[in-house]
Amino acid sequence: MAARKSATKPNVSAEELTRYYRDMLLIRRFEEKAGQLYGMGLIGGFCHLYIGQEAVVVGLEAAAEDGDKRITSYRDHGHMLACGMDPNGVMAELTGREGGYSKGKGGSMHMFSKEKHFYGGHGIVGAQVPIGAGLAFSDKYRENGRVTFTYFGDGAANQGQVYETFNMAALWKLPVVFVIENNQYAMGTAQQRSTSTPDLHTRGEAFGIPGEVVDGMDVLAVKAAGETAVGHCRAGKGPYILEIKTYRYRGHSMSDPAKYRTREEVQKMREERDPIEHVRSLLLEGKHATEDDLKAIDKEIKSVVNASAEFAKDSPEPALEELWTDIYAEAR
Amino acid sequence: MATEILMPALSPTMEEGTLAKWLVKEGDTVSSGDILAEIETDKATMEFEAVDEGILGRILIPAGSEGVKVNTPIGLLLDEGEDAASATVESAQSQQPAPADKTLTSESAPAAAQSHPEPDRSPDWPKGTETHQQTVREALRDAMAEEMRRDGDVFLMGEEVAEYQGAYKISQGLLDEFGSKRVIDTPITEHGFTGIAVGAAFGGLKPIVEYMTFNFAMQAMDQIVNSAAKTLYMSGGQMGAPMVFRGPNGAAARVGAQHSQDFAAWFSHIPGLKVAMPYSASDAKGLLKTAIRDPNPVIFLENEILYGRSFDVPKLDDFTVPFGKARIWREGTDVTIVSFGIGMTYALQAAEKLAEDGISAEVIDLRTLRPMDTATVIASVQKTNRCVTVEEGFPKGAIGNHISAILMQEAFDWLDAPVINCTGKDVPMPYAANLEKHALLTTEEVMEAVRKVTYR
Repeated sequence: MAARKSATKPNVSAEELTRYYRDMLLIRRFEEKAGQLYGMGLIGGFCHLYIGQEAVVVGLEAAAEDGDKRITSYRDHGHMLACGMDPNGVMAELTGREGGYSKGKGGSMHMFSKEKHFYGGHGIVGAQVPIGAGLAFSDKYRENGRVTFTYFGDGAANQGQVYETFNMAALWKLPVVFVIENNQYAMGTAQQRSTSTPDLHTRGEAFGIPGEVVDGMDVLAVKAAGETAVGHCRAGKGPYILEIKTYRYRGHSMSDPAKYRTREEVQKMREERDPIEHVRSLLLEGKHATEDDLKAIDKEIKSVVNASAEFAKDSPEPALEELWTDIYAEAR
Repeated sequence: MATEILMPALSPTMEEGTLAKWLVKEGDTVSSGDILAEIETDKATMEFEAVDEGILGRILIPAGSEGVKVNTPIGLLLDEGEDAASATVESAQSQQPAPADKTLTSESAPAAAQSHPEPDRSPDWPKGTETHQQTVREALRDAMAEEMRRDGDVFLMGEEVAEYQGAYKISQGLLDEFGSKRVIDTPITEHGFTGIAVGAAFGGLKPIVEYMTFNFAMQAMDQIVNSAAKTLYMSGGQMGAPMVFRGPNGAAARVGAQHSQDFAAWFSHIPGLKVAMPYSASDAKGLLKTAIRDPNPVIFLENEILYGRSFDVPKLDDFTVPFGKARIWREGTDVTIVSFGIGMTYALQAAEKLAEDGISAEVIDLRTLRPMDTATVIASVQKTNRCVTVEEGFPKGAIGNHISAILMQEAFDWLDAPVINCTGKDVPMPYAANLEKHALLTTEEVMEAVRKVTYR
């Protein structure tokens, strides 16, 4: 199957394109800033950046409706920003501060937002997959027509619980979109070294789950595929698999020297397939925006990101009493 | 000016003691650090050192005196040339001995000195309530049915829970009453369906996950521990997993090593989980109803051998048992036996037989392990001064080990003997009938332990 791509001259409004540009740029600049703060020692532990993969979440969020749910792994900053969570709260969680989404108790890998229906932020590879199907189970139970986007990587696609989940999701026709973000490396292991059949979108065939492969550097293609998937789920036909071919420019985490691939490979991707450059050229070539318009957006995003960094630095560390809160919920 | 020597507190909880022996006599010159006397607390004989220098002018409390209150003047220390008869006494606070203070500065002392909360001894149901005999199996089913009637978000999932009516017939009749939307047969896929249940709980439902046995929950340990137990904390209180994981736990009979294991200690280790392990039918019912209503993930450990046993269950419309409240099954004065779940069988049998030998055992059923009602255990040990714990699990890192540690830290001065932990043997469960019998805990072992701690 050839990966779904958008048309060379897509029929898309200036407003829509500008939104994608802005949303992807926010993720890019936010992650660059996070990398910088990590280097300054303001962010500790694990920190997995999303740079290069922005079109995946931005495209799928464009296909989501109010009340739809999302859940992902530990490479989660992009998902949170794309679903509308506050950059200040995300950055302050990265620095482990009171103003963070989890009051500093979760960190980069563990953030949640009930308000935005973002269910984490999970650190165990693949564990979010049955949980995502469970969220879809709760929606089906309530018959509310909601869909859950369950994101995982090509690495997680080899975890057993993914297939246990595929089976039950298909059996019970759960409204869940399984989004395989295939960035081609499971940490340092290239896909061909870890995976006997590289076509991950066919992994649901044994369970009767349809799947398709999508060009993940093309936000419009992702959005279109997302709409197909969501439509399938909302029609009560059960789960759908999207294998989205993407690429991460940075290492697996901040401490990854990325010796498993060449600099040229990364460079080539950045130069030829960058998802933000793609939208940028669509905007300019389609005369939807001028260089100055885009510069203004760049400036605006920069100030949002800088403000988030300032907030994250200024927010106090959590009070020591926080150590002992949120272990058990009080009975209501 | 003379200085009074006061009876020292030689442990944080000592109120009085015996002045066993004076090691100096009137007229002796003493310097600080000299041993003045031997003093018996209720636990040990301690040497009492001088703090100040001087001459022991007068002994006020003779050797052999019992029940001497702390801070009673026991002697008079004179300055050089002072006459004992005419000496004026100075406030003797400076003579307060050091040992008690030293103890207080140690890490454990504040715990030992803390006042223990009053145990909750209210009855489980009002006096005069009508009861009926029910098996544990029936009680568990009733608990689920009542809670499912009460709350439409409660549902049951697991292997063979619906059409088969439960591998152990716990869910008998539930499919008929609640339908296949709420009583759900799963494929044999513990890791997967546990994760789905956790997700359903994040989504606001209240799943009851039945494991055919808890041995199979090992497949799902990651979802239970990393996802269900920790999310409330990791999310800063935004979302958690209000759900119950239940099923038979511990050895059944002749099913070998992989099907015979008590996981009480494993699950009790995890902050964020609650752990209940009932013995009787009324507790099975009352605790399961509480578990289903609890907004946290609850591990509910049942036992196959207990399923068919009958107990009195109150006839009440809505009978619940709170978590963290132990039940005293039998009052006694000589030893405290602490147990839970199937262990109660051995504990109660042992207490019965020991009574024939004139040993009065108090038997406590913890009922929940997290939270654990240590107040009831401590209060009992303060009375009996001896403790034996009884559980079927492996000995290393057992629940009994934890209780021993709590007693050491919080009731050390009441213990007249080391706490003994009766557990299953430190071996995988063998199949052969004779070997299995030896691998399990026995009533005789509990009795033997009680004899040891009571020195009888």
